[in-house]
Amino acid sequence: MKIAVCLRRVPDTAEADVKVDGTGKGIVEDRLAFTINEADNYALEEALLLKEQRDAEVSLVSVGPKEADEVLRMGLAKGAAGAVRIDDKELQGSDGLALAEVLAAYFRKNPVDLVFTGCIAQDVEDSQVGPALAQLLGWPHTSYVVKLDCGDERMTVRRELEGGFLEVKDIARPAVVSIQTGGNTPRYASILGIKRARTKPLEALEPGAIDLDTSKAGEAGSRTRLERLYVPEVVSAAEMIEGDVSEKAGRLADILKEKGVS
Amino acid sequence: MSGIMVLAEHRHGDLRDVSHEVLSAARNLAEKTGEQVEAVLLGQGCDEMAQRLAAQAHRVIHAEHPAFRDFNYETWQQALVRLVKGREPSIVMIPHTAFGTDLGPSLAVELGVGIVSDAIGFEPGPDGLKVTRGVYGGKLNAERFISTTPALVMVRQSHFKPDQPGLEGEVVNWDPGDVGSGLRTRFISLEEVPSTGIDITKADVVVGIGRGVKEEKNIGPIREFAEHIGAVLAGSRPVIDAGWLEKERQVGSSGKTVKPRVYIALGISGAFQHVAGMTGSDTIIAVNKDPHAPIFAVAHYGIVDDLHKVVPALREKLA
Ligand SMILES: Cc1cc2nc3c(=O)[nH]c(=O)nc-3n(C[C@H](O)[C@H](O)[C@H](O)COP(=O)(O)OP(=O)(O)OC[C@H]3O[C@@H](n4cnc5c(N)ncnc54)[C@H](O)[C@@H]3O)c2cc1C
Repeated sequence: MKIAVCLRRVPDTAEADVKVDGTGKGIVEDRLAFTINEADNYALEEALLLKEQRDAEVSLVSVGPKEADEVLRMGLAKGAAGAVRIDDKELQGSDGLALAEVLAAYFRKNPVDLVFTGCIAQDVEDSQVGPALAQLLGWPHTSYVVKLDCGDERMTVRRELEGGFLEVKDIARPAVVSIQTGGNTPRYASILGIKRARTKPLEALEPGAIDLDTSKAGEAGSRTRLERLYVPEVVSAAEMIEGDVSEKAGRLADILKEKGVS
Repeated sequence: MSGIMVLAEHRHGDLRDVSHEVLSAARNLAEKTGEQVEAVLLGQGCDEMAQRLAAQAHRVIHAEHPAFRDFNYETWQQALVRLVKGREPSIVMIPHTAFGTDLGPSLAVELGVGIVSDAIGFEPGPDGLKVTRGVYGGKLNAERFISTTPALVMVRQSHFKPDQPGLEGEVVNWDPGDVGSGLRTRFISLEEVPSTGIDITKADVVVGIGRGVKEEKNIGPIREFAEHIGAVLAGSRPVIDAGWLEKERQVGSSGKTVKPRVYIALGISGAFQHVAGMTGSDTIIAVNKDPHAPIFAVAHYGIVDDLHKVVPALREKLA
């Protein structure tokens, strides 16, 4: 069985000061650290677990700039056999569906049995690529998957619904499965793995090399367009407690005592 | 081409709140565009739900079919493609939920239309719809423009108030034709995550910890502090994903909703999926070292500092 995992390189913005750049449509990147998209990391783990259970080969695909090679190397170090990066220089402004078009073009040329994606990208937060990719390929999909049991032809998945419910489904292959966080424990790369990754194939492809219909990608090929990014207006601002740690703790203790908590 | 079409979501024989929320978002927008709101209900044995939707829509398109007994994006998609092509709405709204996001993107591909996820605001214009949504964990908003008709939007849950009844729409029974054949996915069952007896929803005081605690071993002093003030310990999703706390202690859209008297958020950024589960708390106190953390937009009191310094100092003051 051939398994592919789609990996996205994203900025780690949880603790960073995120500033809109001069174009109004991007963020200032120079002081940000980049990493593998969190849900994709779980998707990769699911693929590697499957590889260990069955006779399967895991490859990686990323649409991104040169720097995305780092994320792919990390995936290779964890156990994937090979990786491909589709350069996105000419694909700027692609929305979720346009990105799915790029990946679909790649998989039409390089068929696999099963594609894993993360269920959401932590930067754009769209949750679109997996299901859209499946539709373009004419395959079924399933999303928010936290558990997958793989049979010879079909798979049983558990999808997470709101409110503490799991939906149990059965799905045929080939398929695209979008993985939610928490269903497994992503491994760390071993020193040996990192060493081995250096010699594993990591290929960079231009969109032309995958026979992409470029009228379907990039900003011009997208049916939605980013107009601007901005810092949301804060409606109800908190009362900020100032001072040194001891003063802050003192004031907070008073507030808690006032509320009958101590 | 006109009208705003809203897909209703239901589970266990009842409409989900998000259906009413999306309908009221649609009503607000329809008032600006002078259009009508059409609710779409696909199901089996849903007459009563159709009547309730009619109070929030100018028309309810109601299809009964055995294939709609359990949710499957494939059957819903088969019906919606037919319905949208036939009725030519200008906008189609779907809940941004596990139900809606499983359906929306592939539906958009099949219809050849643009889609925006997790919408929180709408601005109609002469040549398309402008949609506002959060990005980067809520640190920024993005405005996206959809150039196709219809425009497809998935609408954030727990964002719009589910009010605005007062309409008496007609319920139209619609025959969806051939649906449910050629499926490659099959619904098996709904499972409830087994309970281990922990219940954070009844607590008077909740201490919520986030990824900012950094390591499992840092939880000890926080647990002791929580016990000291009689609080229940809860967490954001990453803390649960990492296995540091039990799943029943997760606060948020895919966890529990808590409404304690006091909620203390330690090292939680304030992503909307978390906020959805604690915004009803009487008093929210947030400690976060990032002054721009979105949690401060919902907190009543905020401290910008290292939680690992604030917690011990606070513990001492409350000794
Ligand atoms: C379908 C879906 C459902 C989801 N459901 C939920 C849900 O139910 N509940 C939920 O919580 N999330 C949920 N999420 C995830 C959600 O989107 C966020 O990723 C998550 O809430 C982030 O958790 P966090 O705030 O702990 O971590 P982060 O966003 O990483 O934030 C960590 C915070 O800690 C601060 N920090 C770091 N070190 C310190 C320190 N020493 N002192 C003080 N502050 C510090 C940082 O400044 C940062 O603000 C869901 C996501 C999806 C896609």
